[in-house]
Amino acid sequence: MNKNKEQLLNKRYKAEKRFRLYGQGAIFMALLFLTIFIFKIFSTGYSAFQKTWLIVPVTFDAELMMLEQNPSKEDLKDADYYDIALKSMADLDPNANEDQENELKRMVSYFFEREIKRELLNDPSLIGKTKDVYLTASDDLDQVFKGNYPRDLPEDQRRVTDYQLKIFDQLVELGKVESKFNLSFFTYPDSREAELAGIASSFMGSIFSILVCLMIAFPVAVLAAIYLEEFAPKNRFTDFIEVNINNLAAVPSIVFGLLGLGILLAVFQLPRSTPLVGGITLSLMTLPTIIIACRASLKAVPPSIREAALAMGASKMQTTMHHTVPLSMPGTLSGTIIGLAQALGETAPLILIGMVAFVNTIPGSPLDPAASLPVQIYIWAESAERGFVEKVSACIMVLLGFLIIMNLFAQIIRHKFEKKWS
Amino acid sequence: MFTFIVLLGFTSYYFGRRKAYTIQSTNKRLTALPQFYGYYLAIWCAIPAFIIFSLWAIFEPTIVKLLILSDYSNQGYLDDELNLIYEKTKALSRGQFTGEITPFIEASAEKYLSLRSIAQSSKAVIVLSIIIASVAYAYKKISSNSKTREPVEKFLKAVLFTASLAAILTTVGIVFSLIFQTIDFFKVIPLFDFVFGTHWYPAKAFVRDSSEALDPTMYSDTFGAVPIFAGTFFIAFIAMCVAIPIGLMSGIYLAEYASVKVRQYAKPLIEILAGIPTVVYGFFAALTVGPFLKEIGNSMGLDVSAESALAAGGVMGIMIIPFISSLSDDVITSVPQSLRDGSYAMGATKSETIKKVIFPAALPGIVGSILLGVSRAIGETMIVVMASGLAANLTINPLESTSTITAQIVVILIGDQAFGDPKTQAAFALGMSLFLVTLCLNIVALRVVKKYREKYE
Repeated sequence: MNKNKEQLLNKRYKAEKRFRLYGQGAIFMALLFLTIFIFKIFSTGYSAFQKTWLIVPVTFDAELMMLEQNPSKEDLKDADYYDIALKSMADLDPNANEDQENELKRMVSYFFEREIKRELLNDPSLIGKTKDVYLTASDDLDQVFKGNYPRDLPEDQRRVTDYQLKIFDQLVELGKVESKFNLSFFTYPDSREAELAGIASSFMGSIFSILVCLMIAFPVAVLAAIYLEEFAPKNRFTDFIEVNINNLAAVPSIVFGLLGLGILLAVFQLPRSTPLVGGITLSLMTLPTIIIACRASLKAVPPSIREAALAMGASKMQTTMHHTVPLSMPGTLSGTIIGLAQALGETAPLILIGMVAFVNTIPGSPLDPAASLPVQIYIWAESAERGFVEKVSACIMVLLGFLIIMNLFAQIIRHKFEKKWS
Repeated sequence: MFTFIVLLGFTSYYFGRRKAYTIQSTNKRLTALPQFYGYYLAIWCAIPAFIIFSLWAIFEPTIVKLLILSDYSNQGYLDDELNLIYEKTKALSRGQFTGEITPFIEASAEKYLSLRSIAQSSKAVIVLSIIIASVAYAYKKISSNSKTREPVEKFLKAVLFTASLAAILTTVGIVFSLIFQTIDFFKVIPLFDFVFGTHWYPAKAFVRDSSEALDPTMYSDTFGAVPIFAGTFFIAFIAMCVAIPIGLMSGIYLAEYASVKVRQYAKPLIEILAGIPTVVYGFFAALTVGPFLKEIGNSMGLDVSAESALAAGGVMGIMIIPFISSLSDDVITSVPQSLRDGSYAMGATKSETIKKVIFPAALPGIVGSILLGVSRAIGETMIVVMASGLAANLTINPLESTSTITAQIVVILIGDQAFGDPKTQAAFALGMSLFLVTLCLNIVALRVVKKYREKYE
């Protein structure tokens, strides 16, 4: 009898331990996913912040550039750089035949002409002289240099030819290949060529969308929250508004995209693919989030504050605007920032309103066509070129960086400025 | 113009306040603080300006269009042609016209520009004179015993009320944007074919000319949504298979077992998973998980698609873990301590208490949180678009690719859309069904959670 009891007790203790272990396992799994995730993104993405340059001697031959004696600045701008650019690439291998010269040309980006031009414009005295110029390597060679390229693949299955690899290896041995910080990733707009693609256009698109979103969602949401929390009579209609807000917060984001497409684009004829439409769509999405946060922080202001103001003869409106609302601002602001962070990461609705269009200019206003950072991630992730994989990860790192900063900011506002009522 | 009106508003505020001060200086009692006199006048400035501007915005284009097209009346043009002429005129006046410029169009473009400039200047004159008149009227009206605070506060309250309508307007907007296209869609495709058809192949439905668009037989077997619905629920099911055990167990552990310190760090860390944009999960699923599963499957001799439902569903499950864990954590912590104490007093171990007492007590809330998770899984877009296939297979093999409602909407609507094309309308019909399904789930879930909260508060 006693033994039985002990066995039972042991069994129960074991079950207890097992259950506890399940819990620990679940937490461990969740954190493991997070770690793998972050690790994967960083390990594929960090190399995108480096860019490979070929150092190529360029002879600034006045004749080939169609330049006359003592050219002016204008002449230099209009000069023909293509021939000297081509020639300097072809000169890398004196014995190259015509096909090979073509291959040599494709070892650098199609910006090589512009890069050579910039060099001369910086220093016009170079005419007639030879100088080593940094040229952006093609994305495949960039990957080769970073060690991400399967060199042992048969030649017909890769885009880099054996000949290009041979010349490239020679250049590496001569120390004519260099890796530097990839500034153009931040300053160039999107491009079809991975080595020239940057996030400047989508970054500006994101900024404009978020600004439009903030300018619409914040005032409307705060006013709505004040009404619902402080003034609204308890009746069916306000109940209906409440249910509505709670439901809107859980409506899938793509439905808001359909709203933007069906109403903003089709009915109001707003310009497609613009951050203006994107921002309005996102603002409708973040509205419920901010309303809920603002109402919660209004609710947290103790009634004694209101009663004190009312006792001093303030009207209901004065009480609300002068006392309750300012006291609730920290909570509202941090809720707003979290809502904006959500909006910043949103992709699907923006795709539907056409913000996936290929944009290779940096938008200057919310009315210019643009992409946004998450959409840029989508666009690059869909393209087949190897060079884009690390760009996607790098873009994700930038996006995550912003989200982290915004969330930290929200935390700081909340902890620093929020009054604790006890 | 706009800045000018704002300036006028400030001036009228200043005048109102000054008048109040002068009244005060004659030792009469004011009925409200001097600012209110200022606000009062500013509102008298803002409201007429707003009304005129909106009326103008509504009527100006129509009137201009009528005036322009009056030149072309009596010439036997059809309405469509007239519209085209008007569009050309507008494009030319903006300098964006490409194509042949006829003298007629050029003349109308000039007329358009002159009409616009007349409209602009007359608008300015009318707005300014009305504002000044209304402010002057209000300025005359206010005196020591006139009420200014009440109207100002009433106005503010009206503004607040209007803002709170935004949520309803959004819902109405969603319904409107979906419903018309959906109705048009079901005019061409019978509802029965959509709900019970088993072939989804919208690419087939290219409209070549308008007579074809009206021929319903062309679309038989193109818009059967069963594979899409099945795929959606299948992927959501896989996601919940990952999310429910992990999310629930971590919620329970955090609420009942974890020390304060573990809780302090683990909870926000898990919640990071909810803050990661879905497009990032999509990339992760497509680039890492998909190929990884394929490799494992191949090594076991299984035929795994690189874009399998398992990869998309699994990653989606990871995304949903924090929703379930933090909601169930909340629910469990709000179970009254007395229930636990009672159970411990009877000699139950902690896990027995959780399983037999706390879990049943918290069940409605947990069900609610799971329903919210399901609704999120059904509405999730980017993971599926990027990691699962786009072809609608009717399958229950998690290693094959399937497609979902959201993915199909994106596939159909990416790029240029032609409204009136059954393909586009099909996307809206799918959107409508998505909206309805998630709406039902949300309403039920929110109600359950709310009921539960009230029970223990």
